[in-house]
Parts: sequence; structure tokens; C-alpha cells
Amino acid sequence: MEEMTLLQEIFDGLLGLGLLWLAWRSLACTDMFKAIVLFIAFGLLMALAWLRLEAPDVALAEAAIGAGVTGALLLSALAGLTSTGASRHEVEQPEGVEKQTGTLHRLPILLLMLTAALLGYAVLSLPSHDPGLSAEVAENLASSGVSNPVTAVLLNFRGYDTMLEMAVLLMALLGVWSLACVESQRDSSADPILDMLTRLLVPLLILVAAYLLWVGAHAPGGAFQAGSVLGAAGVLLILAGWRLPSRLTGWPLRLVVLSGPAAFVAIALITILIGGRLLEYPTEHAGTLILIIETMATLSIGVTLAALFLGSSPEHEEKQ
Amino acid sequence: MGLIDYLSTILLIAGGIFFLAGTVGLLRFPDVYTRLHALTKADNVGLGLVVAGLVVQAESWAAAGKLVLIWLLVLLAGASISYLIGSGALQRGIRLWKK
Repeated sequence: MEEMTLLQEIFDGLLGLGLLWLAWRSLACTDMFKAIVLFIAFGLLMALAWLRLEAPDVALAEAAIGAGVTGALLLSALAGLTSTGASRHEVEQPEGVEKQTGTLHRLPILLLMLTAALLGYAVLSLPSHDPGLSAEVAENLASSGVSNPVTAVLLNFRGYDTMLEMAVLLMALLGVWSLACVESQRDSSADPILDMLTRLLVPLLILVAAYLLWVGAHAPGGAFQAGSVLGAAGVLLILAGWRLPSRLTGWPLRLVVLSGPAAFVAIALITILIGGRLLEYPTEHAGTLILIIETMATLSIGVTLAALFLGSSPEHEEKQ
Repeated sequence: MGLIDYLSTILLIAGGIFFLAGTVGLLRFPDVYTRLHALTKADNVGLGLVVAGLVVQAESWAAAGKLVLIWLLVLLAGASISYLIGSGALQRGIRLWKK
């Protein structure tokens, strides 16, 4: 066993150093494409680090959202930047501006150092053996409607956090839709290999999303992981040249995007009206209510992420 | 160590050698096409050997099936994406390396 732990310590050490190195390279790199690729690699190693910390839920979310979807969004943003003529050399500031803002540059660095010092102090002043709230969660798990403690916290005990996260995602899409330029929504024929890959993978991704959604009740998984896998299927379809038929880009699309936050808010209101507090589910229906919220949330997260990747409002074509 | 453990060790080490060769190729080869060649060949066979080494240790048929499924998915994605990178590089006019 002694050798085993030594090997694990070496692995963890290498993982930590690799993470720091990738983070530094990603920040210091002047080539934006390279920086994004390094960021994606950082996300994948981060997922591995979460697994080593025995947090598979966070690892899944990091791999799917942190590395996968965020990476795709960054790459599509970079493609948008280069196509509008703002190449990576033009983005850099000229010398004069650099000098003028010299003192201003130091302010964020000072603030960051202050934050780091405060965070370090907070971590160091924590009691070394504190189970946190996990005992309370374990005690109340039976009344939460699910047997996975992470899902119980996210959808039941701290449900309003997740509700607000859904609202943030919706706001992000609204922002993109209000700012983005018009793009033609016609289907374009893709490369035959990409087309074949898409045809094989999209049904599989939908199946995986449904599995993650269902398994979230008693094992690592859940709406955000399932939604990002569904979003990945959407990204693949968009890359392969498929576009939503224009009769579906109006209210049907908006309805699906809204369904997650709407289901959450509706159930929150109902729980207030029947005498409880915000999102305090009656114990016997908790499991069903969580499944309803998570299903709607998965659909709406998946569609929202794919729409964010497309980066322009599909509504425009219809109005012209 | 039983016979299964020896078999598993040999397969895993062989897989590791393929990954090492692929990485060396990625770092040392002169252009995008030869690098893709090194990377995908080594990845497909290397991962196949690692998966085979783990499959013989698997506790159930379900676990073995999942491992093989991972390999098949990586094969599909790896082969398609290397083709896409290659054809993208050709379209951008990146020339083939000639000695």
C-alpha cells in the first residue's frame, strides 16, 4: 500500500503542476487560438483533479461545461472576431495607450492580490476537521426525494441557487440575441465525413443526456451535465450545417428556452401558495417535482447553449 | 500475480509505448499531416491496447462493454476529426512536407 500512496502523491503533484503551467501558458499566450486550446486542456485536467478530490459531480460539470461548451463558445467567438476583421494583432493596444493606463493596470493586480490574500486567510483559518453541512444533508436526505446528496442540495435544499443560475443563462442568451448581427439561416451542405459523424453521434448524445438526467437522482449526473451534452449535440448539428427550420425559430424556440426557468418559477410559486416556503416541496412529491424541473431545465439548457454557440438571433431571417 | 495480471501488464505497457511514440511523433514530425498520422495511429492502437489490458481485469461483462464502447467512440471521433483537420489544412493551402 505504501508504494501505491507514493505513486498517487507523485500523480497528484504532477497534476497540480500541470494545471498551474497550463493556466499560466493560457494567460500569457499572445496567440488567441493557442490560448483557447490550452484553456480546454486546462479544463480537462481540472476535471481529473476534481475526480482525484472524489467530486465526480463537479468533474462531470467541469469536463462538459468548463472544457467542452466553454471551449466551443470561445472558439466561435474567436471565429467571429477574425471574420469581422479584428485580427489578433489589431486587438492588441498601441504603445501610447499602454503607457497612459499604466497606473490603472496596477489597480486590478493589487485588487487580485488582496483577494488572494483574503481567500488564503479564509482557507487557513478554517478548522482542519470540519465536516461542513454534510451531516445535515445526510440527515435530511430521506425527505429530499432523491438519494444523490449533490442533487438534493442543488434542487431541493438550495433550489433557489439553481433557479437563479437558469435565469443567468437566459440573460446571457438575451444579451447575445440583442447584440449579435444577422446571419443567414439556410442549411448548408457539410463535409460528408462530418455529416456521417453527426448522424452517428447526435442520437447517442441525446441518449447520454437522457441517461445523465435520469441517473442524477441517485448518482453523479443532473440537469446541467445532461443539458451541456444536449448542447454539444446542437453544436455538432450547427457545425454540420443544419439549421432550425424557420417556422420553429419564433415562439417554439423561445418556449423551449424559457421552459426551464418557467417550470422552476411555477413550482416555486406553487410551493409558496400551498403554505410552504419558496421551493419547499411536499416530501411525498419531491422526487417527481425535481424530475419535472430537471427535465425542463435540461431541454432549455441544451437549446440555450446551442443558441449561444450559433451566436445570432435566428429570429431575424423571419422578419426580413 | 496470476496469468491475467501478466497479460494485463503486457497490454498496458504496450499501450503506453504506442502513446509515447505518438507523442514523440507529434513533437518531432515536420508538418500537420505527418503529425496527425503519428498521433491518430498511435492513439487508436495505444488506447485499444490499454482498453484490452483493462477489459481482462473487468469485474463484469457490463464494465468490459463500457470500456470497449469508449474505445469505439474515440476511434470514430479520432478518425473523423483527423480527417477534418487534414482537409481543413489542405483547404487553407498548407503544403505537404517534402524532404
